[in-house]
Amino acid sequence: MTATVLQPARIALVGNPNSGKTALFNALTGSRQKVANYAGVTVERKEGLVTTAGGRVLHVLDLPGTYSLRARSPDEAVTRDAVLGRLAGEHEPDVLIAVADATNLRLVLRLVLELKQVGRPFVLALNMFDIAQRQGLRIDLEGLSRELGAPVVTTVATRKRGIEDLVAAAEALFVAHAEKANIWREPTAAEIRAAHGQAQQIMRSYVRPAERPDTLTGKLDGVLLHPVAGLLILLALLFVMFQAVFTWATPAADLINDGFGALGGLIGQIVPEGLLRSFLTDGLIAGVGGVLVFLPQILILFFFIILLEDTGYMARAAFLMDKLMGKAGLHGRAFLPLLSSFACAIPGIMATRVIDQKRDRLTTILVAPLMTCSARIPVYTLIIGALIPQRNIWGVINLQGLVMFGLYAAGILSTLIVSAVIQRLFWRTGSEPFMMELPAYKVPDAGLVARQLWQRAMIFMSRAGRIILPMMVLVWALAVFPGPPPGATGPAIDYSFAGMIGHAIQPVLAPIGFNWQMSVALIPGMAAREVAVATLGTVYAVGDVEGAGLSALQGLLHAQWSLATGLSFLAWYIFAPQCVATLGVVKRETNSWLWPAVMFGYMITLAYLASFATFQAARALGWG
Amino acid sequence: MSEVLLSIDPAVEAPSAAPSAASATGVVQPLSQAVRGRPGVIVRVAGDLAGQGVLDAGELERRLLELGFVEGARVEILHEGLFGRDPIAVRLDDMRVALRRREARAVEVRFEDSAV
Ligand SMILES: Nc1nc2c(ncn2[C@@H]2O[C@H](COP(=O)(O)OP(=O)(O)O)[C@@H](O)[C@H]2O)c(=O)[nH]1
Repeated sequence: MTATVLQPARIALVGNPNSGKTALFNALTGSRQKVANYAGVTVERKEGLVTTAGGRVLHVLDLPGTYSLRARSPDEAVTRDAVLGRLAGEHEPDVLIAVADATNLRLVLRLVLELKQVGRPFVLALNMFDIAQRQGLRIDLEGLSRELGAPVVTTVATRKRGIEDLVAAAEALFVAHAEKANIWREPTAAEIRAAHGQAQQIMRSYVRPAERPDTLTGKLDGVLLHPVAGLLILLALLFVMFQAVFTWATPAADLINDGFGALGGLIGQIVPEGLLRSFLTDGLIAGVGGVLVFLPQILILFFFIILLEDTGYMARAAFLMDKLMGKAGLHGRAFLPLLSSFACAIPGIMATRVIDQKRDRLTTILVAPLMTCSARIPVYTLIIGALIPQRNIWGVINLQGLVMFGLYAAGILSTLIVSAVIQRLFWRTGSEPFMMELPAYKVPDAGLVARQLWQRAMIFMSRAGRIILPMMVLVWALAVFPGPPPGATGPAIDYSFAGMIGHAIQPVLAPIGFNWQMSVALIPGMAAREVAVATLGTVYAVGDVEGAGLSALQGLLHAQWSLATGLSFLAWYIFAPQCVATLGVVKRETNSWLWPAVMFGYMITLAYLASFATFQAARALGWG
Repeated sequence: MSEVLLSIDPAVEAPSAAPSAASATGVVQPLSQAVRGRPGVIVRVAGDLAGQGVLDAGELERRLLELGFVEGARVEILHEGLFGRDPIAVRLDDMRVALRRREARAVEVRFEDSAV
């Protein structure tokens, strides 16, 4: 090749779910990829670069998996529009790569026939060819290629086999410029049937059924989908998962906390006392730390989620949970986002993109923050430690643990009830049909898991980080400005905007038993739920709640708060939308301020009612 | 890639023609009422059989078709959920698919009586 720059080509990957499309995209582009969102919609846009042997750059776009160009969900609509070149802000692809699981060709052949009508040149990648060979499945590649009028390449995405051939085939198609007219339109039922017939015919002619078909999947399903054993195994798995999230993540989170604490201390020694130091340590460093501290939990949770997805178990979990989710008016697939919300509602809300129907998806987004996220734990721990006696009931059950369990149960229960109410009363629809393929079980690929995990971490950091950080700084500003007048005696925050707002809303919060310190703590606590703990430390002037301050604060609360007040505060935190980052993500995901507003409104109403009921009931019981 | 180039005789028995459609015996039942472990062949897919749902009949029919529920395909219920034996996991030719009994009403299956 000479030094002339070859014209870059645009390639798009299209295929059924579970065909190994993600693996193939990674094998093609390696680390040269970036994840963003499509303009105006909430679907993730994954693009990467490959350089061909001849030096041409290919822009590879990984489109959401689908069975048909007739889109049924926002994700599938993106695939359709991208393939047809109709997507706003996107160029039409020059060449399509149709990704197929070689062991499961029937449905993808029908999709390929649809793709053919689009007129774009395409190459068929028969992925998972290692499994096909192991099963003794035989495919007449030349015949298939002739029949489809497109090159066929076999690949093993996880071993990076066949990748060069695939790239070369795509480049050759680009150079040949063999576009035809686009005659695609939405197929009718009759046309889908006809295409199935044609696909069936192709299968008969060119594919000889496996000599040693996969029997492992059937055997595993016998246990994992067993009505009783299957559910028990799922529960055990979830138990292990949450144990891991909460116990393994703690040391890492502590390390991050300590690290940022030390960094703050260092800056404190270099930068003189004053506004700049306060901004750097309490605003900026605390803000970055506040984002990073969630990373261990997110990583562990997503490690499990990716593992469950790549093995093929996630579809089984959705199957097992579908009935329960259906009671709440939700789809079995809502299980995954809601599960993720235990760590943090932000990845949970981001994960709702697996739900096809818009209303089901909105409902899941709206209820996700009711699941007890990990940011509530510091608040729960503080209040429980301060006000619930450390003793056992019936000799075995720890009372503090019981209250903690009750708070989690209340979160789950309210999630299910609120979603049932939204689905039945507001949308007045039943739930979207639950229909999904149960893919064959696979041994996950370590490299692929690691890469996806890395990607999730980066997405979390940039998306959540970009919202949380400015919010933290804003909240810091609210709590610092204006400064206290000379000779002031109370804590500085009392004179700030946060203090003023807290005092202003205090009369409204009196019937639910909140004193002014609590009211003030709610304002910075909007940054993230656990920030309320730090703010309580500030207003009660006990200093750093990370260290010895925590027990001092608990002592103070024990002395100054009634049990009724403490319980009311806990009830508040089950429901209250005390997290601007969540609201920001909802805005991003729904592309409208309406839904964050609805979320804020319903959650704060529930919080007030729950706290009111709790406080009044506790007082009536003589705990006031 | 030459190692995998095999010419296959098209006259080889078709994979999904196993339960002969010619024998018109057997009972026709919606998939929603089928019992576990009894194989059959889909004879009709029609959205309106499922009654009023979230999707209109035509949309449901097309979705079922796209997922491989097409006339002539072999089906068998493999697994059932714990509560109300719902949803169901079925073998559909060489694939496995999960769906609720509600939507399975739209799929009519002929079961061979010998398999009872
Ligand atoms: N043996 C084998 N496994 C593969 C191959 N390609 C993907 N996989 C595995 O198949 C599973 C699903 O792949 P993934 O890329 O997530 O599928 P997607 O749903 O199409 O994105 C993962 O566990 C992959 O490791 C392949 O060519 N050979």
